[in-house]
Amino acid sequence: MSEMVLHIRTMADYLAKGEMPEYLFWVGCAGSFDDRQKKVTRAFCEILQKAEISYAVLGTEESCTGDPARRTGNEFLFQMQAMTNIEVLNMYQVKKIVTACPHCFNTLKNEYPSLGGTYDVIHHTELLAQLLKEGKIEIAEEREEIAFHDSCYLGRGNGIYEAPREIISQLQKELKELKSCRTKGLCCGAGGAQVFKEPEPGAVDIQVKRTEEIIESGVKKVAIACPFCMVMIQDGLNKTGHDKEIQVVDLAELVQKAMK
Amino acid sequence: MTYFFQFLFIALLASMSYLIAMRFKGILATIRLSQPIQLSDQPAERWKRVFLLAFGQKKMFQKPFVGFMHFLIYIGFVLINAEILEIMLDGILGTHRLFAPFLGTLYPLLLNFFELLAGGVFLACLVFFARRGIFKVRRLQSENHSELKGFPIRDAYTILIVECVLMMALWTMNAADAVLQSRGVEHFQAVGSFIVSENLIPFLDSYSTEALYLLERIAWWFHIAGILGFALYVTYSKHLHIFFAFPAAYYSSLKSPAYIPSLDSVTHEVKLMLGQAVLSEAAPTNLRFGAKDVMDLNWKNLLDAYSCTECGRCTDQCPANQTGKLLSPRKIMMDTRDRLEEVGVILSKNKGQFVDDGKSLLDKISGQELRACTTCQACVEACPMELSPLNIILELRRYQIMEMSDAPAAWNSMFSNIETNQAPWKFNPSDRMNWAKS
Repeated sequence: MSEMVLHIRTMADYLAKGEMPEYLFWVGCAGSFDDRQKKVTRAFCEILQKAEISYAVLGTEESCTGDPARRTGNEFLFQMQAMTNIEVLNMYQVKKIVTACPHCFNTLKNEYPSLGGTYDVIHHTELLAQLLKEGKIEIAEEREEIAFHDSCYLGRGNGIYEAPREIISQLQKELKELKSCRTKGLCCGAGGAQVFKEPEPGAVDIQVKRTEEIIESGVKKVAIACPFCMVMIQDGLNKTGHDKEIQVVDLAELVQKAMK
Repeated sequence: MTYFFQFLFIALLASMSYLIAMRFKGILATIRLSQPIQLSDQPAERWKRVFLLAFGQKKMFQKPFVGFMHFLIYIGFVLINAEILEIMLDGILGTHRLFAPFLGTLYPLLLNFFELLAGGVFLACLVFFARRGIFKVRRLQSENHSELKGFPIRDAYTILIVECVLMMALWTMNAADAVLQSRGVEHFQAVGSFIVSENLIPFLDSYSTEALYLLERIAWWFHIAGILGFALYVTYSKHLHIFFAFPAAYYSSLKSPAYIPSLDSVTHEVKLMLGQAVLSEAAPTNLRFGAKDVMDLNWKNLLDAYSCTECGRCTDQCPANQTGKLLSPRKIMMDTRDRLEEVGVILSKNKGQFVDDGKSLLDKISGQELRACTTCQACVEACPMELSPLNIILELRRYQIMEMSDAPAAWNSMFSNIETNQAPWKFNPSDRMNWAKS
């Protein structure tokens, strides 16, 4: 990986200079703390920097959107988080938000407006697809076959099926569709706060079932666009002993790697 | 004699209509116990859904063969019912084929068309029978899905058999009629034989006029009584969707299936805790968080439960169910309907008032089922009517977590991590931006 020196500024930095970035990059908890996902966060920042997009992060002022709490049924905790975050976002007069997490994306985009937080929220795959289409990122072609795993909260939840596929085709890679894809995409097993507890008793783990479809497809690389899919698919590969042959990458990493 | 039969027919029609009306009244009374939800915005978009999802059966055609077979039954049901009008008027007025003189040459044309439609219905029912009984389509088997055991599976077969028998009655009636016409029997005006039933004429030709007359009458009565009985039966059956698919499509959510609406009672509390301004009239009236029983759900959830056809496309697509977990979205819908039927009985016994029977929807649905849901929305996507088992699951989860404090220890740790560390894991919040350090 190329070692680009990242210049990351916070909203507070911008405010201190009386400036306003175009985007707030909502990093999310996984992007901030999970060692694997931190690489995705950095890869995405490299792309933004290279494409000269003005953006800032909230840094330590960022807090969980409350999504996992809400999906367990803990509406209190969700709304506490939501209202606190909305206060911060509105204080900085945030207009546009980009995030690499479909769960943060869905919550910020669909669920904050009724609590007083209305922003123009996009997922990082949408921004990446747009930057590639506009030629803002120069890429070196490397042909390879790659599968894409649809995230529930991108696809079914928000109808984003094309942006990830556009990225793959813009990178001149060959997309191998999995048996269950698009509207019928099989969940990785993380959603609904499942990732924060042991699975309920059953015959097999959902991530293992999903991974079997990936193995069946014969690809050496599977792209994802969600930090929790990343965790689960990697776990599925580990559990089935295919972690050496099949690599899981976020689409941001794929773009960053192809970037000249 | 004709007066007697006219009287008998009117009595049958009136009593069945009364019973059917009472059933619908009872069903609507249970739905009215529910919580409010605003679903009447964007009427143009909603009508579009009624045309695409209900009339057009757009999502049924995602499986083209099954979609087409279902369409045959649907179109047969809708169009053949146009003939019911004539049959009813004949019954009331003591006439026979009342419309024939008015429609002239159009009449045999229409009846030929209806007979062909009946053929389509018959064929589709046979195919569906085979899919259940011979090809053993997984989602339709009670061996694989325990929620289908007992009444649901009997219900499915009953409907298919009744539909086939009704179509046979229609043909028998017309065939006997045609023979009686050819013999010049009074009352049977010459309208000719029809495309499907004429094939039955050779089997009937040898019978006496009296026997055929009796056969024609029996088939006629069986057909109309069958249809009226069927209409009543449907209100107890999964086949209630033939009526409710239309309102269910109209009121289906126009928002993302991933969207969870805010619980206003919680918003009120949270605003108080955060010291934000609250409107005094916004104080919650319903003090229960989430749903324990059907009346805690909103009326669309309940309409959904009554509309569900138990086809199991949701369960078939559910990742939890596919991996052997206890959760089946179809069962969630069926349990909700079953509880609604119980509540309906309580209402009818107590002059429309609900009296606590010490039971609730949560007696039928376990925590293990609820906790298996990944909220992936595959069930909503799979449903041809866009019904949402997910909404019901989430409301029950709210009750389970907020009222019963029934969460696995790992979830409780996640909650306290979010509260104290602003992340679901136990990391120091001041390290949140460490990723930026190279």
